[in-house]
Amino acid sequence: MRYLTDRKRAEGKGASHSGTEHFWYMKVSAFGLALIVPMFLYVLGGAIGGSHAEVLATFSQPGPAILTGLVLVVGLQHFQKGALVMLEDYSHGSMRRVLIMLLVAMIYGLTATGLYALAKIAL
Amino acid sequence: MVQLTLPKNSRMTTGKTWPKPEGASNLRKFQIYRWSPDDGKNPQLDTYYVDMDTCGPMILDALIKIKSEIDPTLSFRRSCREGICGSCAMNIDGINTLACIYGMDEIKGDVRIYPLPHTEVVRDLIPDLTHFYAQHASIMPWLETKTNRPAKEWKQSIEDREKLDGLYECVMCASCSTSCPSYWWNGDKYLGPAALLHAYRWIIDSRDEATGARLDELEDPFKLYRCHTIMNCTKTCPKGLNPAKAIAQIKKMMLERVV
Repeated sequence: MRYLTDRKRAEGKGASHSGTEHFWYMKVSAFGLALIVPMFLYVLGGAIGGSHAEVLATFSQPGPAILTGLVLVVGLQHFQKGALVMLEDYSHGSMRRVLIMLLVAMIYGLTATGLYALAKIAL
Repeated sequence: MVQLTLPKNSRMTTGKTWPKPEGASNLRKFQIYRWSPDDGKNPQLDTYYVDMDTCGPMILDALIKIKSEIDPTLSFRRSCREGICGSCAMNIDGINTLACIYGMDEIKGDVRIYPLPHTEVVRDLIPDLTHFYAQHASIMPWLETKTNRPAKEWKQSIEDREKLDGLYECVMCASCSTSCPSYWWNGDKYLGPAALLHAYRWIIDSRDEATGARLDELEDPFKLYRCHTIMNCTKTCPKGLNPAKAIAQIKKMMLERVV
C-alpha cells in the first residue's frame, strides 16, 4: 500500500506532450486510403481473370506499381497506429510494451516483404 | 490485460425478497444492488415491491420510500431532488442517470438499479468517486489570469459568454465518465468525459489566460486521446450535454497548434 494523495494519483507522471501527431496522421492516412484503396481495387479487379503474364504486365507498369506500393506502406502504417491504440486500450504494463514491439516488428516485416515482392514484379 | 470477468468477490448473488406491502394493488417490482463492506459477503440483488399509488413519479421517490418504509439499511446519495446536485447518479435500467429526474414511466417492467458501473463501491448504490474528483481538480477548474486584476471585473462579451453554454451546466454526477469504455479500461490515466468537458469550459473562456498551459497539460495519448468518440457520454448525460463534442473541440485546438 502506498500513501499517495488522491491528487498525486490523478496527476500521475503528467502529460507526455504527444498524441496530436498520431491523431493527425490517422485522419490524413484515412483520407488518403479512402482515395487510393478504391483505385487499387479497380486496378486489381481489372487484372483478376487474366493470365499470370498479363497480371505481371499490369503491375509492372509505373501507375499500378506505385499505387500498390502506396496502399502497402500507407495501409500498413495506418494499421500499425490503429492497432497500437487497441493494444494501449486493452493491455497494461510489461505485456503492453512487448505486444507493441511485436506489432512494430510485424508491420516492418510485412512492409519489407511486400515491397520486395512488388519490386520483383515491377522491376 | 483487460479483465472481462468480475473478480470472485464481486459476483452477484440472489438477495433477499422483501414482503409486499399489505393491501396494495398497484405494485412495482424493484431489484436493487446491495453490498456492505462490513459482512464480507458478495454483492446481492434484493427485491422490493413498492405501492405506486402512494409513491412519487421518480426513481428517487421509490428509493426514498423503500428506505423509509421497507428497508432503512438501503444506502444511496441524494440531496437536491431536482437534477442540480448530481448526487443520486446510478445505473437505472441499464442507463447511467440521475434517479431524481428519471421517471418510472420511462421503464417498462421491473426496475433494476445498480451503482455507477466500473466504480469501487462504498456501500449499496454509493460509488467511490475520489479519483474522479481528483481528476477534475487536476484540470484547474478555475479562472487563471496573469494580467493584474481589473478594478471592477473581468469583462466578457455576450458572444464569448454564449460559448460556455452547454458546458457550465455539468453537475459532475459522473454518469458520463462511468459509461465510457475507455474510462473503464484506463480510468487511472484517461481523464474521462466529465473532466475534459470542464477542461474545455476553461480553455474557451475568453477571460482565462492559461489556454496554452491547459492544452499542454492535456496533450497526452492517455489523458485526452483515449477518447475514441464512442459517444456513450453524450447519450447518457442526464443534463443533455455533449462531452464528446467538447473533447472533439479540444482535439481540434490541439491540431490548430500544430498544423
